[in-house]
Amino acid sequence: MPQAVSQRRLLRVRINGRWRADAVAENQLLVDYLRNDLRLTGTKTGCDGGECGACTVLVDSEPVPACLVLAARCEGRSVETIEGMASQGRLHRLQRAFHEQLGVQCGFCTPGMIMAAEGLLRRNQDPSDEKIKIALSGNLCRCTGYVKIIQSVRTAAETLP
Amino acid sequence: MTANPASEGRKIPAGVPLIDGIEKVTGRARYTADLDHAGALVGRIFRSPVSHGEILRLDVAKARALDGVVAVVTGDDCTHTYGVLPVAMNEYPLARDRVRYRGEPVAAVAAIDAEAAQRAIDLIEFEVRELPAYYTSADAREPDAVLLHHNKPGNIEREVHHVFGDITMGFAQADLVREHSFACAEVNHAQIEPHAALAEFDPIMQRLTMQSVSQVGYYLQLMLARCLGMDVSRIRVVKPFIGGGFGARVEVLNFEIITALLARAASGKVMMQLSREENFITHRARPQTDIRLKLGMRRDGRLTACECEVVQRGGAYAGYGIVTILYAGALLQGIYDIPAIKYDGYRVYANLPPCGAMRGHGAVDTRHAFECALDRMARELGLDPFAVRRANLLQAPLRTKNDLTVNSYGLPECLDRVQRASRWNERIGQLPPGKGLGMACSHYVSGAAKPIHWTGEPHAVVNLKVDFDGSVTALTGAADIGQGSSTMVAIVVAETLGVSLERVRVVAGDSAVTPKDNGAYSSRITFMVGNAAIEAARNLRKLLIDAAARKLEAAPGDIECVAEEFRVGRGGQATLSFAEVVKAALVDVGTITVKGTFTCPPDAQGGKHKGGAVGSTMGFSYAAQVVEVGVDETTGQVTVEKVWAALDCGHAINPLAVTGQVEGSVWMGMGQAISEETRYLDGLPAHASLLEYRVPTIAESPPIEVQIIESHDPNGPFGAKEASEGALAGFPPALVNAVANAIGIDFDQLPLTPDRVMEALIARQRQRRLAMARKVAS
Repeated sequence: MPQAVSQRRLLRVRINGRWRADAVAENQLLVDYLRNDLRLTGTKTGCDGGECGACTVLVDSEPVPACLVLAARCEGRSVETIEGMASQGRLHRLQRAFHEQLGVQCGFCTPGMIMAAEGLLRRNQDPSDEKIKIALSGNLCRCTGYVKIIQSVRTAAETLP
Repeated sequence: MTANPASEGRKIPAGVPLIDGIEKVTGRARYTADLDHAGALVGRIFRSPVSHGEILRLDVAKARALDGVVAVVTGDDCTHTYGVLPVAMNEYPLARDRVRYRGEPVAAVAAIDAEAAQRAIDLIEFEVRELPAYYTSADAREPDAVLLHHNKPGNIEREVHHVFGDITMGFAQADLVREHSFACAEVNHAQIEPHAALAEFDPIMQRLTMQSVSQVGYYLQLMLARCLGMDVSRIRVVKPFIGGGFGARVEVLNFEIITALLARAASGKVMMQLSREENFITHRARPQTDIRLKLGMRRDGRLTACECEVVQRGGAYAGYGIVTILYAGALLQGIYDIPAIKYDGYRVYANLPPCGAMRGHGAVDTRHAFECALDRMARELGLDPFAVRRANLLQAPLRTKNDLTVNSYGLPECLDRVQRASRWNERIGQLPPGKGLGMACSHYVSGAAKPIHWTGEPHAVVNLKVDFDGSVTALTGAADIGQGSSTMVAIVVAETLGVSLERVRVVAGDSAVTPKDNGAYSSRITFMVGNAAIEAARNLRKLLIDAAARKLEAAPGDIECVAEEFRVGRGGQATLSFAEVVKAALVDVGTITVKGTFTCPPDAQGGKHKGGAVGSTMGFSYAAQVVEVGVDETTGQVTVEKVWAALDCGHAINPLAVTGQVEGSVWMGMGQAISEETRYLDGLPAHASLLEYRVPTIAESPPIEVQIIESHDPNGPFGAKEASEGALAGFPPALVNAVANAIGIDFDQLPLTPDRVMEALIARQRQRRLAMARKVAS
């Protein structure tokens, strides 16, 4: 006997600046909604829940791990992912800095790292290295040793948005 | 074979970003889990709940009957063993008859969605007769221990006994002989991208397409053919973007074969994504290692003899084990001049997930022991740590006692540079209490000179295609796993041709399109694929220059191509654009495809003694580093405050990428030194998440100052050697030496977690009180 389909509801949410209305399951995680329903696969899954920060997105400008948020909790809110960062053929300043300063190696943690850094830069235009470290301490990277990540965020902060 | 760095190799002082960097920063890069898996079934694995046992019953009938389940496979579906070493394939993708570690795959299902797959897994019935299980090398080696593999007495996979030079005379000539024992915890790659595979089987064409996280696509192709009983030519392996490897994905992994078995059983497409916990269970990383090291030293610091015993707890199956235990001994050499060396290695089976290759494969733990012991003996003799290392330097070129070739040797310069940068002389011994400086050296191969499969083929092949549109496409089977190998190929091709980097496109890792490559392991790509790419580009350049010469009515020897312009001689008037020359070159022949190859000559492939091929390479990278630490004596917390590292990579083809690799490898060494450790409770991983397995976060990561030393290897591409692994092994000993400098305690165990440090501090305090009490009493 097929399993009962879990209760679905209509979710109105702004994704990268555009309002949408989608039917989502009550128990659906934001990360699954983004990756599987919207095919926004720039947001990554690197762990079994809340360990690595690879799925970090902005919800109303606050960085959150999308694997710890229910999609339904984003009703009426604004969600931003890595796909929304570049506009009109121009890279966002963080994307450019991560690319040019080699803040990216394998690239798997990069989208989450950039979103967490963007959350910081929206609160603090000129963060110290200490503030950068605190803001990114929930985002694991296994390639860079973080040296060039800090450099990338600093470079981006010095660039006009 | 070799490029001359003077005429080729335009200097890029700062280096260039990765050619695939834009895709990564925009989120467009597709990793395996991001691939379009519309219509794909979801794969799940049923794993052994016990560490060791005979399988009495495995019943998948209920799972198979469940609505939504399309296929179930068990050990009966694959009667072939697999493994990375042709001489040691003792593992089935799904257990048959016996399970040997907790979490070993036993059965797998493919279902229409994750929920159905999970329910099917829960319906699998499994009965075993438990056998005694061993979780330490010592227990597994007990005389009455049950054998994990009947043909491996003593539960020893491989013993190695090598002696080079006169060991007795060496120790007799020493003024100081010391023996120390070290224990290094098992660690894991913990690459951020979890394992995943997407397999599609076409039942009509009888073809399989596999997209996976593999670092070595052709191993995967071979093992899939073997395990599925298919013709290799019917299998296509495609590499998507890969989120790090560090050795985790060199061996073919059980889940990759299982995914393919499911796809065939289901006559369709199956997506398998492992959880982080399953990633830790899949393991294949650096083994727990016990080392006993005895060194003989003269008063002036000159080493006279080295005796080293290494015991590695390898886990339940052979995997890469034979190579790892051989590396651990072979790479005692090639860095210092040691007149006599005796090595005894034991690779032991235990009922734990199998170990494998991890960054610095085999060399890291022995290097750790060696560099710690060297420092302690120098201290006893009143010698500076730099002086003792300088007393034992090699003179390149040479062949080591175990027949490894050293053609370039930048270690002396590495030492000078980090000593100066860290202001060692002014600061050593002058730091406040609880602060310390330590240093160590390390090295690593630039590619194993003898590949695992001896086929007589070159070590690397690169194809170049130039077409009517003027584009240059480099085709390579080498897997870019984030280290920037595709960027390296683009740079050497562009530089050799005299064209802009933007003109070159690199297609990597698709067995239907790209030439076979031995893969991303042993830091081989820059040296081997780089040389092959240069040769291919030279072959193409010759065709283009001939075409330009015809058009300009000049001798080919007089034609130059600089910045995409062909002209006669220096400052010649008549010029042709690259596009014009390509058009001329295509007349009569059409699209041009050329190739370049690279082969390591036999004399670079190691000694004739048993196991002599392991450690052999065309060129060693060398590194020295200084680590500054602070130790909090109230919490036992070791804080790394700064690192100065210098790496001799021969020539930095892309300096930006070289510094990135050195930072990353030094930092990975730091994780192993201060916090990373796998732990098992009766075979159950107690560390199987990124919270419990303590990869350093950005908060505890120090600034790392990198210096690049260029010793211009005579055989490297533009003189280059590897840059990704050599600096790792120096970090743990430099840290332990720095902690000794800070608090006066020598640690024999890794990692230096706060509890270990605290324990040592308390023990010392107890000893001091006892001594005081004795003094008062007497």
